[in-house]
Amino acid sequence: MLSVQDLSIRFRTGEGHVHAVNNVSFDIAAGQKLALVGESGSGKSQIALSILGLLANNAETSGRIDFNGADLLSIPLRQLNKIRAKEIGIIFQDPMTSLNPYMTVERQLGEVLELHEGLRGSAARARVLEVMDAVQIPDAKNRLKSYPHEFSGGMRQRIVIAMALLLRPKLILADEPTTALDVTVQAQIMRLLDDIQQEYKTSILLITHDLGVVAGFCDETLVLYGGRVMERAATKDIFALPTHPYTRGLMRAVPNIHEPHAKLTAIPGQPPNQTQPLTACPFAARCQDAVMDCHSSLPDLTQSAPMRACLRPLEELT
Amino acid sequence: MKTKKIMNSPEFAEAVAEDMLESRSFWADARKRFFKNRMAVVSMSLLFCLALFAIFGHQFSKWTYEEIDWSILGKVKTHGQPSIENGHYFGVDELGRDLYARVVQGSRVSLLVGFVSGILAVMIGASMGAIAGYYGGRIDQVIMGAYNITLSIPYIIFFVVWQAFFGRSLEQMIMVLVIVNWTAGLLIVRGQVQTLKNREFVDAARMLGLSDFKIIFKHILPNMLWVITIYMSIVIPEMIMMESLVSFLGVGIQEPNTSWGALISEGAKTMTFGTIWQLAFPAACFVIAQVSLYYIGDGLRDALDPKERA
Amino acid sequence: MSHPMLTVSDLEVRFSLTQSKKWPWSIPSVVHAVNGVSFTLERGKTLGIVGESGCGKSTLVRAIAGLVKPASGVVTLDGEEIDYHATADLARLRRTVQMIFQDPVASLNPRMTVLEIVSEPISVFFPELSKDERNLKAQAMLDRVGIPRRNMNRYPHEFSGGQCQRIGIARALAAEPQVLLCDEPVSALDVSIQAQVVNLLKELQDDMGLTLVFVAHDLGVVRHISDDILVMYLGGMMERAPASDLVLAPRHPYTKALLSAVPVPDPNAKLTPEILDGDLPSPIALPTGCLFQSRCPSRIDRCAAQRPDLTQDGDRFKACFVAPT
Repeated sequence: MLSVQDLSIRFRTGEGHVHAVNNVSFDIAAGQKLALVGESGSGKSQIALSILGLLANNAETSGRIDFNGADLLSIPLRQLNKIRAKEIGIIFQDPMTSLNPYMTVERQLGEVLELHEGLRGSAARARVLEVMDAVQIPDAKNRLKSYPHEFSGGMRQRIVIAMALLLRPKLILADEPTTALDVTVQAQIMRLLDDIQQEYKTSILLITHDLGVVAGFCDETLVLYGGRVMERAATKDIFALPTHPYTRGLMRAVPNIHEPHAKLTAIPGQPPNQTQPLTACPFAARCQDAVMDCHSSLPDLTQSAPMRACLRPLEELT
Repeated sequence: MKTKKIMNSPEFAEAVAEDMLESRSFWADARKRFFKNRMAVVSMSLLFCLALFAIFGHQFSKWTYEEIDWSILGKVKTHGQPSIENGHYFGVDELGRDLYARVVQGSRVSLLVGFVSGILAVMIGASMGAIAGYYGGRIDQVIMGAYNITLSIPYIIFFVVWQAFFGRSLEQMIMVLVIVNWTAGLLIVRGQVQTLKNREFVDAARMLGLSDFKIIFKHILPNMLWVITIYMSIVIPEMIMMESLVSFLGVGIQEPNTSWGALISEGAKTMTFGTIWQLAFPAACFVIAQVSLYYIGDGLRDALDPKERA
Repeated sequence: MSHPMLTVSDLEVRFSLTQSKKWPWSIPSVVHAVNGVSFTLERGKTLGIVGESGCGKSTLVRAIAGLVKPASGVVTLDGEEIDYHATADLARLRRTVQMIFQDPVASLNPRMTVLEIVSEPISVFFPELSKDERNLKAQAMLDRVGIPRRNMNRYPHEFSGGQCQRIGIARALAAEPQVLLCDEPVSALDVSIQAQVVNLLKELQDDMGLTLVFVAHDLGVVRHISDDILVMYLGGMMERAPASDLVLAPRHPYTKALLSAVPVPDPNAKLTPEILDGDLPSPIALPTGCLFQSRCPSRIDRCAAQRPDLTQDGDRFKACFVAPT
């Protein structure tokens, strides 16, 4: 349904280019839950923004983003607006930036309906109430006239989800939806997203840095580093036996609450410098298993399982 | 084999590159950006020339600014135009005084008043703003009260009243400008201090037990010097403007001393008699000063505002 | 006789909200940020403090550090009580207790070079050292935290977040403190870098015999580094226990809810979070009785009437009527 092909994004800055995303390809089937996992600087958020056509002005893109046959990178703005309003629902990290602080919840959601489906009055209100029930906002009827700041952080994020669901999109793009929330609320929101996915049969593209969130939620996981895809596999395989050195390093670096005495193995070094075009694996400088070739060649993602971009995956090590 | 691997690694290359890169401080960076701005550099040189003119201009003058050339008095319209031979490079004014000398003197007064009162006003305003922002509470309320009262004083009336009481000297002019404008920069510095004092590096300084004075001057002030600099570049032309305005209205500097505003006022009065030079020279100086100060301020803003940094 | 390094008993912190005043003379409303927290921390040990945002955990350490003044309660450092209004006591506090902060970049003065940042505490606490000696000591500190010497004349914005946090650690340790307060030191960092910083802190603790207070919202990290864990909710202390006891056998209903919600990097473990009803009550109008009672799944009548005291059972403490002992 959504297919990203050979996407590269770079930004012009005062001090040259920043290569944020380098030849990334992936696709999501209808009803699938895919996670893009990566640390800051991995390009995950830029990929999300490019799907929505919301990249900053100094960005240059190449490649294709196919969404049901239309290339989101090249279609005219009017058409893009239509697609991103009706067929892609968006959930951002900070609910306060997605909501207008001066509008009541009912007006905010109602406006979307009026603009895109011409619904008004009681019909619109019924739809708004329906989605607010779907996201389990208690006492929804009496809270229609409330302003965003009158809700708690978790409730606000539910309203954003309600807004994303309003036009029954085919794809929900969730960019760090729970990063700003506390763990107890995060658990509720992730469960809610799961329920909604089952009910509405949408695809979900979850963008996060938190492996724990991915584990309980997504079917498939794509691991990004330095703007490149490192590995793609079914979530359960990645967690059971990560084969890419970066994924393995990441897993060892996360403290697991149930394995207290396993030593944290940090990945040495610093995040990559992205001012040069990639000529080698971006992770090579921090990789324990790197060989000479890793510093000079750029491995491509293999096309069949196990999909990964590495010269020295787990089974090659002796 | 092992060293070879390390030397081949991007990490090694990065370390070498880092060694060669010179680390520049914020101010060095800003200076570089400022000098890239053509308009700012041209304006800076223009203003510099104007300052040289004001300081050393008298050296080249055959007349002083209060001397009357009796040979021309009465026939200013026909014999008073700019001329090299008789030494009146800019011509003479209505009273037969050398206009070149008077423009030099006027530039001196205007620039001096503008810079001295502008710098003093911003220093006072910034200190008050820093105190209000850092301590907050009652002190903040008192300072903000004084700020609001000052804003509500009609300054031209204040000028007239002040000068009626204390006379019309240069010092009085500077003093009254500072009094009217002591709030310059107060709000912006107060806001900056309020944000900066909650930054964690200030907490870290407090963890060392540093005094408030040291925290303000060592940790907070250097982080908002750029704001003060930009603000000063706005306030100085404003001061020149204000001085010219009150001098134009005749409540400024006392004759025979003069300033741009006073000269423009005299020139404008006699303009219809065809002695256009009496207006043109002071006005040109005034415009050059205002325009170049504007572009310098603009350049400073671009060079110093961190939001503009890519 | 040896004393515990740090004891805190019944500490309370309140803020007045001056903006909320209707008239200049009316009495401002009061935020109850920390409500009666007590703990004892032995030399060389680590206490982890966890809780959700707004639970007062940061305010608690800032109060211990003297950055905000406690409203009541007693803090004892190495056997001697600290009077936060006495200059001599504050001086002793500064020499013994240092802090590292949440935002690694904001915690460094952007106009100072790394060397200047790290040598500042040395010039304050060891004024007898010459400039050269001071610089040598600062360089040794930077070496210790893994910042290459060639970078010491650079400015903070030229470093990554993880490196900035290392510099912050070097600055704190340059004062040679005995207690290091860590206010969410790794929450702003990526996981791969976070592990580096946690490991570094542990190493430094072993080498220098530091006593750590480690605040975080990430239970995984806290469990990894702490000997004891203290759970806070709405400024109050819910439970304190040795780390593994607390994680494996939580007793307080809030601890249970918190633990059940922690995501586990294991796709086969289906998360069954205990959903807490309602929202966090306002710290301006605290609930009567137990602080947690408005959302507690195992609430009984008594909880609303009376605030439970901290009870001790071996090395475990809890403030709850219902929880098993």
